[in-house]
Amino acid sequence: MCTYTTSTLSLLGNAKSGQSWERVKTASVYLDHPVAFPATHSLNIDLFADQDDPKRTAALELSPRSAKALAEAILAMIAEAPDGLIDEG
Amino acid sequence: MTDHVVLGEEIAFRGAQGDWIEGFFARPLDLVSMGSVVVIHHMPGYDEATKEIALRFARHGYAALMPNLYFREAPNAAPDDAAAIARSKGGVPDERLIGDVAGARDFLLRQPHANGKSGVIGYCSGGRQAFLSGCELPFDAVVDCYGAFVVNQPPAESPLKVSAVIDRAAKLNAPVLGLFGNDDSYPGPEEVNALDAELTKLGKSHEFHRYDGAGHAFFNTAAPSYRPEVAKDAWGHIFTFFAANLEA
Repeated sequence: MCTYTTSTLSLLGNAKSGQSWERVKTASVYLDHPVAFPATHSLNIDLFADQDDPKRTAALELSPRSAKALAEAILAMIAEAPDGLIDEG
Repeated sequence: MTDHVVLGEEIAFRGAQGDWIEGFFARPLDLVSMGSVVVIHHMPGYDEATKEIALRFARHGYAALMPNLYFREAPNAAPDDAAAIARSKGGVPDERLIGDVAGARDFLLRQPHANGKSGVIGYCSGGRQAFLSGCELPFDAVVDCYGAFVVNQPPAESPLKVSAVIDRAAKLNAPVLGLFGNDDSYPGPEEVNALDAELTKLGKSHEFHRYDGAGHAFFNTAAPSYRPEVAKDAWGHIFTFFAANLEA
């Protein structure tokens, strides 16, 4: 299937692509066909420094199980953060 | 005949609003009369696998043009990067799609060896777009390869500029060939049933082939969803359908 379903969000962070770091501002998250990962579906994350510049993007294609584990690990790390760290930026 | 000498090349042509956009133009060099086929790429974009499809039509004696629907968002970008950018911006608006397909059709019909007949075929999101194009433009043949959201509305929270197009089906001018995998969820078998029923109700000529053991994207040789036996059978139906409707 081709889900079309996409979550887009603004974010604040940096991503490294090639040899340079970019300040990323937006992201797309979707479960759909991968370009490179050898499966019919993957959880895909595109990070954009500038939505008008296709050279300044970083992309992830994860097996859905891996994506779930990654998301849980991220949430667990954030849940364990000392008070005051999470709202720093 | 599948042994025509062919040329495939990147060109620029005028699409919606008269914009110059990129397209992949493939044609046989050894024929003086040929039908025209607009090829609409799948959601992953203007990629090598879909250019191979355009070349295949040329080898079978048709002139084919595939518009790069993401050219405006990401000119000259790699297909995966362009698809990511286009998705993040909400995809391709339907009115622009119709303009780009109309421009591609006009380009093909202006070629000196065009026989005046034109078809449109699309894969995945392009299946829906091919159906939409058949409702809005005077094509002679329409092929919908597993296009979702022709009948069903996409989820309300979807940021993509896509909506069902079945309410335009009364305007269809051309016969429709539909090719679907029974294991697909978008479109699922119920949506295909509903499309079949609606076209029957409207008296629109259509021919559907529905395959067990195949899901979405069974034509895509570059993906694990490829089903060679199904694709071979379905390609046969496409060429039979085009021979009946696009040869002068």
